[in-house]
Parts: sequence; C-alpha cells; structure tokens
Amino acid sequence: MKPAFSVIFLTTLIGAAQGLFLALFTHQSYALFGLLPMQSDDFYGYGTLIVMVLLAAGLVASFFHLGRPERAWRAATQWRTSWLSREVIVLPAFMGVAFLFGVSHLFGIRPEIVTLPGGQVVDLSLLLGVVGTLLAFALFVCTAMIYACLRFLKEWNSPLTVINYILMGGSSGFILAAFYAVSAAPDQADFFAGWAIIITVLALIGRVASLIRNARLKPTSTMQTAIGVKHPKITQRSMGAMGGSFNTREFFHGKSDSFLRAIKPAFLLLAFVLPLVLLAISLSTPALLGLAFILQYVGLLAERWFFFAQANHPQNLYYQTVG
Amino acid sequence: MTQLALVIDLNVCVGCSACVTSCKEWNTSGSAGPLVDERPYGENPTGTFFNRVQTYEMGTFPNSETMHFPKSCLHCEDPPCVPVCPTGASYKRKEDGIVLVDYDKCIGCKYCSWACPYGAREIDEKQKVMKKCTLCVDRIYDMTMPEEDRKPSCVKACPTSARLFGDIHDPESAVSVAIREDGGYALMPEWGTHPSNHYLPRRKTKMKIHADELERADNPLKLDQQLPKPDKDQSTMDDVSAW
Ligand code: SF4
Ligand code: SF4
Repeated sequence: MKPAFSVIFLTTLIGAAQGLFLALFTHQSYALFGLLPMQSDDFYGYGTLIVMVLLAAGLVASFFHLGRPERAWRAATQWRTSWLSREVIVLPAFMGVAFLFGVSHLFGIRPEIVTLPGGQVVDLSLLLGVVGTLLAFALFVCTAMIYACLRFLKEWNSPLTVINYILMGGSSGFILAAFYAVSAAPDQADFFAGWAIIITVLALIGRVASLIRNARLKPTSTMQTAIGVKHPKITQRSMGAMGGSFNTREFFHGKSDSFLRAIKPAFLLLAFVLPLVLLAISLSTPALLGLAFILQYVGLLAERWFFFAQANHPQNLYYQTVG
Repeated sequence: MTQLALVIDLNVCVGCSACVTSCKEWNTSGSAGPLVDERPYGENPTGTFFNRVQTYEMGTFPNSETMHFPKSCLHCEDPPCVPVCPTGASYKRKEDGIVLVDYDKCIGCKYCSWACPYGAREIDEKQKVMKKCTLCVDRIYDMTMPEEDRKPSCVKACPTSARLFGDIHDPESAVSVAIREDGGYALMPEWGTHPSNHYLPRRKTKMKIHADELERADNPLKLDQQLPKPDKDQSTMDDVSAW
C-alpha cells in the first residue's frame, strides 16, 4: 500500500497521546493507593495539556487524508459496521474526557464521589481517568482494527496489529511521560522510565513477531485465481491504462525493494533498540529522555511507513504491466 | 430477490475496448458530473474509468495464448467494500443488488478501495469522491428509452456480444443459463465475496473421433469393410504396379 503521511502522523501522534494519558493516570492510580507520592494537580494537568496538543495535531493530520473534509461528520454514522467510523467517534470522545481530566486537575474541580473501604477517596478526576483509560484502549483497538479487519491485506490481518499499536503507543507515551517528569517531578522520572523500558521491550517483541509472521506469509490470491485461468505462466501484457491510474498510485509504495529492506533495521533500531539503550542510561542521566522520545518518534514514523508499504494488496495482481 | 450482473464471455472478447469508451462516454455525461481526465492529450494521460480491458498472455511464445479481460466492479453479493465505509456512502441496493456510491455523502477516505480485492474502485481526483461501475443504473430503468436500450452502455457497445446482462438470481435468465451451461466462474473465489459478475472461460471447439467411428460399425452388407492387412513379408497388390 502507499503510505499516506496524514495517516502516519495521525496514528503516531495519537498513539503517543494515548500512551502519555495512560502513563499519567497510572501514576495517579499508584498514588491513590499510596504506592507513589501523589503529585500536584499541576503535574497531571499540564501533562494532560501535552496529551491534548498531540491529539489535536493528530486530528489535523487526519483531515489531510480526506478528499471532502467538510463532510467528515458523516463518518460517525456507520459505527455498527465500520472500524473507521468507530474511530471517528472514539477519538473525539477520548479528547473530550482527556480535556475534562486536565480541567479537573488544573482548576482543582475534584468533588469527592466515593470513599473506598481502605480510605482512598475517589474523586471526579479519578473517575474521568478511568473513563479516559477505557477510551484510550478503545481508540487503540479502533485504529488498529481499521487495518487488522481487512482480510485481503494479510500482513495486517492479525491480532498482532492491535497488540503492537497498543504497545508502540504505550512505549512512546511512557517515554514522553518520563521526559516530562524530569522537569515537572524529577523524583518520579524513574517510575515512568521503568515502565517505558518494560513496554518498549514488549513492543519490540510484538513487532519482531509480526515481522517474522509477515515474512512467512503466502499470498492467497494468485494470477490464476485473479483471472480464473489455470496456467502456470500468466503474464500481463496490458493493464488498460497508459499513464497509470488510481490503482497504480494508491496500492504501491513507489520505492525500491532495497529501500524497503533498509527501512526495516532502521526503524527497529530507532524505535526500539536506541530508546531502550537511552532509557537504561537515563536512569543515571535523565537528560537523555528527550532525545529518546524524539529518536523513537522518528523511528515510529519509519515503522508506520513500513507497516503500510509492506502490505501487499491483491489488486496489484491486476496492475503489473502498463503495456 | 434480484441480482443484476454482467456475464463476460472471454471466448468472444476481442479486446477492442469499445465497452471502455462507451462506459466512459455515458458516465462522464451523466447528472453525477464528469469522470475526471487529467492530461488527456499529454504524455501520461490518466483519469477515472469504471471499466478497463486488460490483456494477459498464457504460456511462452510460440505456445502462448492471449486473453483480453474486461474488468469492472463485480457487484459482489457479499461486498467487503460496503461495511467498511464510515459514512454509509457505499451501499448495496436491496431491490437489484447493485453496489453504488452516493457521491454526495462520500468523504473520499478511500477506505472502501482498500477493502475491494479487485481494484474495482477509482477515486475521482477532481471531485474527491470514490467512483465505480453503477451498472448504468441511470440507464437501465430509464423508461424514456426504448426497451432494447435499457442495458448498460458497455453491453450495448460490444461488437461481439461478449457481454450479457441480466438477473443471476432468476434461473431462467440468459445470464444464469450462460453461467450454468458454459462454465461461468467468479474471480478470486477465495475471499468469499461472491461476485455477481461472472466470466465465461476461453474454450476450444474440439471433436473427439473414436477409431470405430471411422468405420461403419454396423455394416450388414460389408460395403465399406476394410480388407485384411497383408503381413509385412507378403507381397501386396501395390507391388503389381511397381514393375
Ligand atoms: S468488485 Fe469490489 S467494489 Fe465491486 S462490489 Fe465487489 S468488492 Fe465492492
Ligand atoms: S471513499 Fe467514500 S465510499 Fe469509500 S469508504 Fe470513504 S466515504 Fe465510503
């Protein structure tokens, strides 16, 4: 498939935003049970501001993907059948709840809701955090299922797609949270960095697993089933278009095989290995976390590019020779 | 229930592309607005078409065969392109099974084209909406036309009558009979899309003659019985003429 930059930015930006939200709320939950020192409202509030900025940037990017953005509201109507429609609903819902979560912290609007038997007070921010967490995961699932549900695109049609979207977004968000904590709550940076290491390792395992899976895929459709002729040697002589068509532009990445081969180790290095090394070093030199986040973001852009480019659409069987 | 469809006879198609041009002509002049053409007279002309004729070669020259292969939306009975559409712009009509795009609702997200394994949908780069074959829905029900014209434009244009049009759910329709009796098949059956359009295979007319058919098996008067063959070392009548 042709990687569309709008979608690459959309998925990586909102992935980082969801991950950062989850990181902030994880911290708040730990603190609720006294496992970590509770931070000031400002820590969670301004952190959520970063979440909002990333989400907004992702949303802007997504509009560049649409031919008719002015009709985008219509995309919320088919949630019964379309994962894309579900994403269109869950994304603003998550934005809304994250926004309220931030507001409740920044303006101290935290009315008490219940007190747990252990004496922990559940207030509005916590409730919003729980709803936001559910929505963050729902958004990961919707985004990934847009790709994973297309059974013709075998490279995507796997639960690994969903798992990896969650893990890579989580990794990116927790590294960002660690970087944010270095300036906002320095003694908490190690908590986020520790989780970031765990999630990044899992993400690396998940991504390598999907690379191995994809390397072993056999195409289901062949030239024989495409045109219904049983002959071992079928050659296309003309595709019915001289100057290309939508079919030749949308479904090919347009780069050489060697480029594709070079991107793979590059993104594995940038998105997983280098951030892990930097995270490990950062436990003593926290300043490196910013670099880790940026390097990994570049790596994730490359990863997403590769994710699209690697998927081989069966329609390509019909578009091999101009003629 | 009705399921309108095309049946394309690959044994008859000569690859003239008359269906391509008549389709483009009809559908670019309709109320939905033109089908975009970019650089139509330039070096790399490109544009949106509903129907294209492709050519394939089987085997290696000189033992090869050429096949012309018209390809358009197959109006699948279980169309994977429809449920993925986030706006409901893509839909399958209940009354006749035609898969259509509502150009006024489409947001041009292209997701449906990803979900079609046949590459049957093409975006209109100018109107920024997804387009595809409509089976000439604006023609086949047009009561102002004489009945013989109420057929898709491509069917009318085909000089060899390689394209049949009709209801494949009616077992007596010409298309159903052709599919049933002439080996109609679907493209990429492995995806379970159940394409409504079918293709009739290329076929050779051959006659099988068995040895006993060269003689009259039932030959009471022994009129055309062959004489027993002489052994190799026996002289035959042929020798008589040799000297
Ligand atoms: S051929 Fe493609 S566009 Fe047409 S109905 Fe089938 S899946 Fe949809
Ligand atoms: S391009 Fe149009 S018809 Fe296709 S999925 Fe998007 S909104 Fe639906």
